[in-house]
Amino acid sequence: MAEREQRRRPAPRRDDEVVEEETPPRSERGEEIKAELDDLLDEIDAVLEVNSEEFVKSYVQKGGQ
Amino acid sequence: MAIRKVCGIETEYGIVLRGTADANPMAASSMLINAYVASLQRKVDWDFEDETPGNDARGYRLEGPAAPEVETHLVNAVLTNGARYYVDHAHPELSTPECSDARQAVVWDKAAERILVASMRAANATLPEGQEVVVYKNNSDRKANSYGCHENYLVARSVPFGRIVAGITPFFVTRQLFTGAGKVGSEVPGVSTAEVPFQLSQRADFFEEEVGLETTLKRPIVNTRDEPHCDAQRYRRLHVIVGDANCSEVATFLKVGTTALVLSMIEDGELGRDLTLAAPVAALRQVSYDLELTRVLALAGGGTISALDLQWEYLTWARKYADAGGLDSVGEEVGAEVLRRWEAVLTALETDPMALATTLDWVAKYQLLSAYRERDGLSWDAPRLAAMDLQYHDLRPGRSLAERLHLERLTTEEEVVSAMTEPPPTTRAWFRGKCLQRWAPQIVAANWDSMVFDVGSDPLRRVPMMEPLKGSADMVDGLLEECTNPAELLRRLGT
Repeated sequence: MAEREQRRRPAPRRDDEVVEEETPPRSERGEEIKAELDDLLDEIDAVLEVNSEEFVKSYVQKGGQ
Repeated sequence: MAIRKVCGIETEYGIVLRGTADANPMAASSMLINAYVASLQRKVDWDFEDETPGNDARGYRLEGPAAPEVETHLVNAVLTNGARYYVDHAHPELSTPECSDARQAVVWDKAAERILVASMRAANATLPEGQEVVVYKNNSDRKANSYGCHENYLVARSVPFGRIVAGITPFFVTRQLFTGAGKVGSEVPGVSTAEVPFQLSQRADFFEEEVGLETTLKRPIVNTRDEPHCDAQRYRRLHVIVGDANCSEVATFLKVGTTALVLSMIEDGELGRDLTLAAPVAALRQVSYDLELTRVLALAGGGTISALDLQWEYLTWARKYADAGGLDSVGEEVGAEVLRRWEAVLTALETDPMALATTLDWVAKYQLLSAYRERDGLSWDAPRLAAMDLQYHDLRPGRSLAERLHLERLTTEEEVVSAMTEPPPTTRAWFRGKCLQRWAPQIVAANWDSMVFDVGSDPLRRVPMMEPLKGSADMVDGLLEECTNPAELLRRLGT
């Protein structure tokens, strides 16, 4: 780890933040995005394919490159 | 010094014809493209003269039933922005014009999306009531059928192909950290949603070889198609098939920008230590399946490294390369922006991946689906999440979930709309596009490295364009201004 820190050039922007190793932590920005996301989910409900199962089943493509 | 990394993106789009039981994808793709072309002026056909997809970069040529086909019978047009728009393997495909840097590639890739949107509008106006054609910018139907988004980069012919393979493979295996478009579950037989609820990449499931000529089965991480579409003595075109189709402009910018930079470094022999992976094909999936971004990959020479640390190494070498004056081949300003964003993205992936929810496709999709899943108490194999996975890539304005997530833009709408009809000014695409704008009725056919004119009584005349950077606005605008017709142009060019 120390070795890698030396290799890296400028200090990462979030150096001062506590880094949790186990799960991806949620930053304030992350929380903000999540709050916006709750509103967005309601909005998205209105445009989602009506019958998910049928839509997923019928989405069949020929293989390409 | 590495040569300019002229680049382009070719995307096969998913296509669905709704409201009819017997939809034929080839017919639907033709109808889509014809409707767009008909909404323009005159169609100029593609010229198949130099198509040799069976040539292998390792030095031989594949003939017979296994050789990749050139489908000359399907609709195939060249547009005034220098792009090629055609039907390929039952998909509509659009190849951007040649671009001279990653930012241009983003602009013309977005313009391609807008062309597909305009095509849907034009096609739907001709369809019977109740039918609708819908286009998706993704790479799989979630039933193990995959279609590609390929990149192309100009590389000096003098670089041994083996050196390209060795230098680029570890980079390709790990760049999905930021290029992945995200997918619910896995399409590898026997891999359950419990094992892989979500993965970084659309394409990682479909790669079975390290190096090879195939593109439709047994897909290789490094494709050896040797079809330079320019002076084969001087250049090769690296045909990259391992990438995802990105909706995020930042992801496209980084995908093309970092790859071009790494190729320049390989060309100049400026990579650091050997990072050859012990098992690249397995590693490709391993990286895609690892949402914690912490698993380590075995190196062929012993030891291990995480995907993130591997990317940090490439970035460190790239910074050193830039400091030594090496950004000329990717554009000074664009190259500096690539380095800045590459570092910002690696830093965020390491500390707070979800902060990239408006930056990278896989993070945007993952966060949206996770939030939806939590709200409704769904399991990862819920059809609703699979449907949202597909709908993320729906190109219809208003229906596209990617569009609803307000991803960061690098382009302005004005420049994207302009790029639907205007070619990049810095490559031979300019000459192709400008000639088409002026003299389409006298152009019989065009392809990447030539155009064929019919100026009346004379035989058809082919104008070769073997240098990708010759034909730029700087070079030909004066000439084009002075010529009032193509006959005069041909005389001046001395063909």
